[in-house]
Amino acid sequence: MNEDAVAGEKSLKGIAVYPGIVIGKAQLVDRSKVKIQYQYLVNTEHLNGEVGRFEEALRVVEKEIASLKNGMAEKVNDLSFILDSHLMILKDNMLRDSTIRAIRDEKINAEWALKKSLEKIRKVFEQIDDEYISNRISDVENVTERILRTLSGKAQQSLSEIDRRVIVVAHDLSPADTTELNLGRVMGFITDVGGRTSHTAIVAQALEIPAIVGLESATDVVADGDLLIVDGSTGVVVVNPDDRAIIYYQEKKLQLEDYRSSIARQSHLPALTPDGQRITVMANIEFLEEVTAVRNYGGEGIGLYRTEFLYLRSKGFPEEEDLFEDYREIAELMAPESVNIRTLDIGGDKFVSELEITKEMNPALGLRAIRFCLKRPEIFKTQLRAILRASVHGHIRLIFPMISGLQELLDAKDILEQVKMDLDRDHIPYNEKMEVGIMVEIPSAVVMAGVLARHVDFFSIGTNDLIQYSLAIDRVNEHVAHMYQPFDPALIRMIGRVVTAGRSEGIRVTLCGEMAGDPLCVPILLGLGLDALSMNARSMPLIKKIVRAMPMSQARDDLKEIMGLYTVHEVQQYLFERIGGMFPELREKGYL
Amino acid sequence: MEMVRRLKIRNSLGLHARAAAKIVELADRYESELFLKKDGRQVDGSNILSILTLACPKGTDMEVRIIGEDSEQFMTELDALFQGKFGENK
Repeated sequence: MNEDAVAGEKSLKGIAVYPGIVIGKAQLVDRSKVKIQYQYLVNTEHLNGEVGRFEEALRVVEKEIASLKNGMAEKVNDLSFILDSHLMILKDNMLRDSTIRAIRDEKINAEWALKKSLEKIRKVFEQIDDEYISNRISDVENVTERILRTLSGKAQQSLSEIDRRVIVVAHDLSPADTTELNLGRVMGFITDVGGRTSHTAIVAQALEIPAIVGLESATDVVADGDLLIVDGSTGVVVVNPDDRAIIYYQEKKLQLEDYRSSIARQSHLPALTPDGQRITVMANIEFLEEVTAVRNYGGEGIGLYRTEFLYLRSKGFPEEEDLFEDYREIAELMAPESVNIRTLDIGGDKFVSELEITKEMNPALGLRAIRFCLKRPEIFKTQLRAILRASVHGHIRLIFPMISGLQELLDAKDILEQVKMDLDRDHIPYNEKMEVGIMVEIPSAVVMAGVLARHVDFFSIGTNDLIQYSLAIDRVNEHVAHMYQPFDPALIRMIGRVVTAGRSEGIRVTLCGEMAGDPLCVPILLGLGLDALSMNARSMPLIKKIVRAMPMSQARDDLKEIMGLYTVHEVQQYLFERIGGMFPELREKGYL
Repeated sequence: MEMVRRLKIRNSLGLHARAAAKIVELADRYESELFLKKDGRQVDGSNILSILTLACPKGTDMEVRIIGEDSEQFMTELDALFQGKFGENK
């Protein structure tokens, strides 16, 4: 039986971002999905009952929020604050009393009355000039939605799913959404928008949860509670499958898991080519918790530690002490291997409410990362201080993101020097020889790599952004996401240029980004002569396996061939044949 | 007993959600009723949304009215909360 035969009528195809198969019930995370009924109530008895029903719903939601709060790890204090404020909104006159009044005076049902209260509050908030405060309407919406869900009986239903675990179906997941989700209960993600490197994809990969993005119509087609099969290897979602399909996919799931564990068993072996070339394989991580996976999968350090999470989950800016503890812990856990900490790369799609950045037309080209840090040196300095202080507790290196030219690099280094002087003055120890590198992810930095190389200890090529900026592709725009390609001939040449510049100044060149974890890209990256590859932890075993089978001489020959191919399709096809020929099972299992 | 005082918003973010939540928390602990007034508009200080709708940026002078038995102690604590920038460092 093939997949077309079992897919049936109701199946969707999107971009697979983490392989694996899950079968489970859908939970829509679209907050406007509860459909409400509007009813007039005729007699007073009904009205009393309706008020009672509303008050009961408030109690249920109160308990729900309180238990969410109790179930939370202490670390996520700021999330706990959000829940506190939701509890307060629940008791607020503008919501509670005005809904009860509407039920009684207008003789309408609780859902309708609540909706009216929300609209009234929305009008008041819309008139507030302060954007931060007017945006708080989203908290009111969130609370209202919970109450509506309880009134319609939906909350109960969604919690009583098989295994109490669900497949989350959303239009898109923002970083804030993902911190709110109870991740222990999520077995898969599917979203309407997003590409291979969208936030949803990164979270799914970090948590090793099968996910498909860019499905375009998932939230329209899928209803709450539908049974779904999510095949994260092929990007196929089957909605309400029949028994045949379920059996077929269960079998496929078992095979995939067997294969994955067979690769994982060899993951402690070094990435050494048959002709003796060693390449360092490291992990990109976002959460401290991922360190275990990095260790288990044979990671030789953290090639990229994204530091945004601590900033995203708090409303204000994190304290130096919290940052320091986080960096110290990760350095100690990974020692003696290195941890490459990238300074704040906020902005773009990682928008934080408290940063009070005015809405930008084009955030990816706006005030983000190093630009933001140079503009707000006090925020930057706090982070640098924390990193420097942690540097005596392990092997820490520093990476500045989004460097577009020499002046920015010099300015950033200047601030680093000031922080070091402050630490000297306060007699606080730090590693004076801590290495400093930059992300090469803007085309202008590629062009000037030869000059930049004289001022840093290493380069780290960030392909996710480099592809976006070089090819002018918004990676979360579903209409152009397919053009977001690591196989672009221009990109391969750009990476080559950076490696050459690094070589001639004698500095290390690392590549991090999804490209590093793509099995098809191994011949290119080996052939170009990168010193280290940093990728999602789960990709490491497979990449190591491929490196161990691929002689350096062959990779160089492949690269020569590839340099003679001028379209994405040709390059991709060549690599597909090459890697697929070496490992036919990868092709079968959807890894390529 | 009734106490009235003018208090100034000193933190740089103004009276935003977190600060408002702290006022409500405090109000919940006292018997007395709290009213906040700005530009002639008065709201119930135990309602977070009402406080937010006052939209007070840094530097706002607001009239604070507390009515009830424990109003004095309540006012002292509220004053300290305003003075201490609602526990924020800026």
